[in-house]
Amino acid sequence: MRKAVTLRRGPLSFQINLRVIGVLLGLLAVTLGVMIINMGLGEFPIAPVDVLKTVLGLGTGEYDFIVGTLRLPRNFVAFFVGGGLALSGAILQGLTRNPLAAPDVIGITHGANLGAVAVLILAPTAPLIALPGAAIGGALAAATITYTLAWKGGTAPIRLILVGMGIASALQALTTLLLTHGNVIVVSQAMVWITGSVYGRSWEHLARLLPWLVVAIPAALLLARHANALQLGDDIARGLGARVERNRGLLLAISVILAGAAVATCGAVGFVGLMAPHIARQLVGPSQGGLFPVATVAGGLILVTADMLGRTLFAPIEVPAGVITAAVGAPYFLWLLFRSRNA
Amino acid sequence: MSTIRARTAPAAALMLGVLLLLACAAFSIAYGLMDIRLSTIYEALTGFNASPEHYIVRTVRLPRALIAATVGAALAVAGAIMQALTRNPLAAPGVLGINAGASLAVVAAMFLLNTASLSVYAWFAFLGAALAAVLVYSLGSLGRGGMTPLKLTVAGAALTALFSSITQGLMVLNERTLDEMRFWMAGSVAGRDMTLFLQVLPFLGAGLLGAFVMGKQITTLSLGEDVARGLGQRTGWIKAGAALIVVLLAGSAVAVAGPISFIGLAVPHIARKIVGTDYRWILPLSAVLGGILLLLADIGARAVLRPQEVAVGIMTALLGAPFFIALARQGVKKT
Repeated sequence: MRKAVTLRRGPLSFQINLRVIGVLLGLLAVTLGVMIINMGLGEFPIAPVDVLKTVLGLGTGEYDFIVGTLRLPRNFVAFFVGGGLALSGAILQGLTRNPLAAPDVIGITHGANLGAVAVLILAPTAPLIALPGAAIGGALAAATITYTLAWKGGTAPIRLILVGMGIASALQALTTLLLTHGNVIVVSQAMVWITGSVYGRSWEHLARLLPWLVVAIPAALLLARHANALQLGDDIARGLGARVERNRGLLLAISVILAGAAVATCGAVGFVGLMAPHIARQLVGPSQGGLFPVATVAGGLILVTADMLGRTLFAPIEVPAGVITAAVGAPYFLWLLFRSRNA
Repeated sequence: MSTIRARTAPAAALMLGVLLLLACAAFSIAYGLMDIRLSTIYEALTGFNASPEHYIVRTVRLPRALIAATVGAALAVAGAIMQALTRNPLAAPGVLGINAGASLAVVAAMFLLNTASLSVYAWFAFLGAALAAVLVYSLGSLGRGGMTPLKLTVAGAALTALFSSITQGLMVLNERTLDEMRFWMAGSVAGRDMTLFLQVLPFLGAGLLGAFVMGKQITTLSLGEDVARGLGQRTGWIKAGAALIVVLLAGSAVAVAGPISFIGLAVPHIARKIVGTDYRWILPLSAVLGGILLLLADIGARAVLRPQEVAVGIMTALLGAPFFIALARQGVKKT
């Protein structure tokens, strides 16, 4: 049996691994299952069958508001935000050849946080659209500064990580400055934002998130081939004829857009960008063409599950999804550090 | 002759540093919303007459200057020892997650025990600092090739991310914790309780003293573990002792002032520029320079947004980021 199908047309070359297809379908099925359960749970429980009927438009209309207006968009937003963060992390890990890189380690998330917190605290009356705009702007600015400062006749991955850490700490300090000077009610809102939550996300949020993903995800898949070359090290990649700096810059930009758009929608949900790529690597191996889509879906699944747990574990109190991902991600992270000890 | 000169230069630097430290402390006491003359400060210390100026000096300004100088010294010495021990120019309590671990322990104690007693915090700060130190060291030295600067730094960043996200989670869950802790989390030496400081002082003093006594051993260790062992040093014990000192110093600094970065990272580099590679001189000079730097940062924190104050931890973090980036650009060896 053939393990992979290769598609070639002009400059594009794409290898489709059959195992990847299987894993993707499996993950999507699990995600759908979790979503349906998640939509049934809550203050007003609904049987999974009724949820399914309502979503497919076969229902009695009794649950249209709860499912269609409240719970369905929230689940979609969780899925896509998780996916965006995961893909961003997968790209960064390949780019830096470091299994611990993630948007929340090298300062991208911190930039988005600073932008969002500045709007929340300094301009609480600003229109809703200002928040995601500031978040994406902050992420882009942070990444640009990092990239520029890490440039020294080229960007070595180590420098990228270390400089990113430095930028992260400066941005963190500025965010803290705002947090200590704001009114405590606004600050508490800002803290929820920093922790990340999908509470009350609507179709409108989804509509603002999707355009970014529609551009960035296919672009990442098209560049997967170059990301593979970069993983071998700069010298080998150059020897293979890859334009190392251009590809690295492009991939970094895509990663920032994904993380920025995700954080702009739901706040800085931690550890998804770190965990999902590792899970994907376990499932389909390190080739980026398969890793990218699988990591995306795995990230979506993680955030939908985290949202479900956050809503139900301490009901009626709702714990932000970001607290759940941190609680699960932290031990996982330690284990990762332990496992990558020979890297 | 040459040995005498080799000792007079660092000794002169140290003396000069002490004088500068005193000058900064005096300025820190004098400067504020209400400027106080130096002669008044002297009177307040020698013959207290309960006038408003004297009252301000004794209850507000003097404790603040004392705490800033001591915390700065503790952080700088902790950083110097960490850099010698790990042979990593980027090592510091702030970078390797020690501060973040201590903060998490304090916030968790506040959240779980529901206590406002500051002396309880101190113990939790020690505990958190110790746990973080053990974790970062073992994670950074796992695997083939043992500890490398890069592995250690990344492990530190990873642990910092981990600790601070848990801290954030706790603060989101409890608004009271958030309101009380957000100022502490920023790192500040303003309005700190003198009793807490006096409670922590024995540990801090023991740490500093221990560091100065171990200067010779730490110098040997900074040459590398193999060399130190070849010179007959029992590296295991020395390392354990040095680690204990770091935990004492960083833990008490965090307990008093909250997490403050940059001092531990930058000061040892400056001290090494001045007196070379001998830790018998680097450590005391780091202590003095650390005190000066935190006093200056605190004065700056009062000056930039006058009449409002910025937390001094924010000032040091903003100063420290460019320094860290410059060091990172200079290059960290992979092995």
